[in-house]
Parts: sequence; structure tokens; C-alpha cells
Amino acid sequence: MRELSLHILDIAENALTAGAGLISIEVAESSPEDRLQITIRDNGRGMPPEKIRSIDDPFVTTRTTRRVGLGLSLLAAAARRCEGDITVDAAPGRGTEVTATFRHSHIDRAPLGDMAATLGMLIMGNPHVDFVYIHRLDDRDFTLDTRELKRELEGVDLSDPVVASHLTESIRRSLKELASGGSTLQTREKENGQADD
Amino acid sequence: MAKLTIEDLKRIKEQTTKATALRQGDARVRITVHMGTCGIAAGARPVMSALMEEMAEADRQDIRVVTSGCMGMCSSEPNVTVEVLDTEPIVYQHMDANRMRQVFRRHVLLGEVQSDFALAKI
Repeated sequence: MRELSLHILDIAENALTAGAGLISIEVAESSPEDRLQITIRDNGRGMPPEKIRSIDDPFVTTRTTRRVGLGLSLLAAAARRCEGDITVDAAPGRGTEVTATFRHSHIDRAPLGDMAATLGMLIMGNPHVDFVYIHRLDDRDFTLDTRELKRELEGVDLSDPVVASHLTESIRRSLKELASGGSTLQTREKENGQADD
Repeated sequence: MAKLTIEDLKRIKEQTTKATALRQGDARVRITVHMGTCGIAAGARPVMSALMEEMAEADRQDIRVVTSGCMGMCSSEPNVTVEVLDTEPIVYQHMDANRMRQVFRRHVLLGEVQSDFALAKI
């Protein structure tokens, strides 16, 4: 996987397959600790303990169509390659929480990539599932909660491609603002300033 | 705590309520993007993004887009299946954003199967 946001999409797809109604994704980047942590939590049907112990083994999978499952083992390998680790906390019926950590500055760490595309796609493809996305960047953060979104946009169908495109664009802009380190206001001022030049 | 701004939400609502009177009725076309680990790693997400854009532009009420898992043909991913009512489903292979746009405009909208990209009839 070239982007961490693709790993996130993949693990979230697992959560959907597990019948989750709420999936929360958190990306926490900390410069002082030089760490990037990804947490994906769902309320799906969970995993039995013997499966959790064997997440590194690509030949262990819950699927019944074939005997290989690559998603979690790929993420585990990516994290460990970057002086990080992965933990999976799950129990049958209680949902699953996957936490992967990376050394932020590690040369092998893939970029986070297009998180907005991942989120837009998940939201559009699964109108009956709610998603929470929290992105922390040191002391700043961005939150998206589709339960709030559905309340604010009453009657608007999030699975509509027109809505989903606009939503993806908005998320992309917000995350860009988060990365550029300012509030909306400051970013606008900066843009205006550049326009004057 | 930063969130989508009120203006963002308002704009989304304004631009969409007029453009899309709820997609009701039966679907004539169903497009499945296979998004297993193999599909995602091979580039299914840009395919899906392109499809979303085409869908938004076409604004057709009778087309459904769904995602599914791996269908066991990992080496030909990204795969996309197009099912037009009363015709055989076509599986497309090695898709990218441009191929997706072409399949959408020619096959989905005009009914011309793009056999150059097709893997199989089901």
C-alpha cells in the first residue's frame, strides 16, 4: 500500500464486513513524540482470541472463500517496518479496535495520503453506517461525525454522488487547513495575501 | 475543535437539494467496484473517485454504485462489474480512473460494452 489512508480504507472495509454500525477512525500525529498513531474502532461482531494472536500470519483469515487474508498482516508489517507496532483488541460480539503506530519521521513510513477520498468513499458507499473521523496534529484537531452531519443536513442523502463529491472536497480542504497549521481565518488571510502579490 | 464549517454544510445542502431529487425507483444499472485488500492496493480508490465524479456529473437516478470485497481474481484488480438490466454482467479488469470514465460514458450511459478492458461475462 502506497498510502496509510489505503490501509485505513482496507481495515474499515473489514469492519463493514463485520457488520459494524459505527466506525471511528482516529489519526494522531505528534511531533514531540515523533509518532503517528492510527486507531480504527468498530462495533461489529469482533474476532475470537485465536485469530487476534495470529494477525501476522497472512494464512489466517475469517473469510471462508479462501485461506489467505492480507489486510491486517500488511498493516502490521508496515507499522513494524517503521519502529512501530500493532495491537488488536477484540472479542466476539464486542467489536474490534485496531491500533497501529509508526515512527513519524521513519524513512519507510508511507504518507497518510488522501484521507478525504477514503472517508468520502466510505460515507457514500455505506449510508446506514456512521463514521467518526478525528485527526489530531499536536494540539490542533479536526473532527467529522456523520451522525452530526446527518442532523445538520437533514434530508440530504449522503450516498448521493453529488453530495459525496462536495463532502470529499470539504474534508480535503479542512484537512489541508489543519496541515497548514492555522484556523480557517488565518488560512484565508494567507491566501488573500498571496493573491495580492 | 475544527469541523466542517457551517458554510461548507450550507453549500453542500444548497448545491445538492436542487440537483438530486432523491434517487428513487428501480436501478437499471448496477456498478460494483471490488474493494478487497488486493483491489485497494491495485488502485481501486482512484477508480471509485473517478466513478463518483462521473456519477455526479451524469446525475442519473437509475444507476447504483456498490462496493464489494475481493472476488478471487486479485491479479486482474482493480476489477469493476457493470450489470445493465436484462444483459449479461461484464467484469472489467486492470481499471484505472481513465478506463473507468470510458466504461461509464460508453457502456453505462450508451450500452456499448468496452471489450478491450473486459475480463469476462458472468
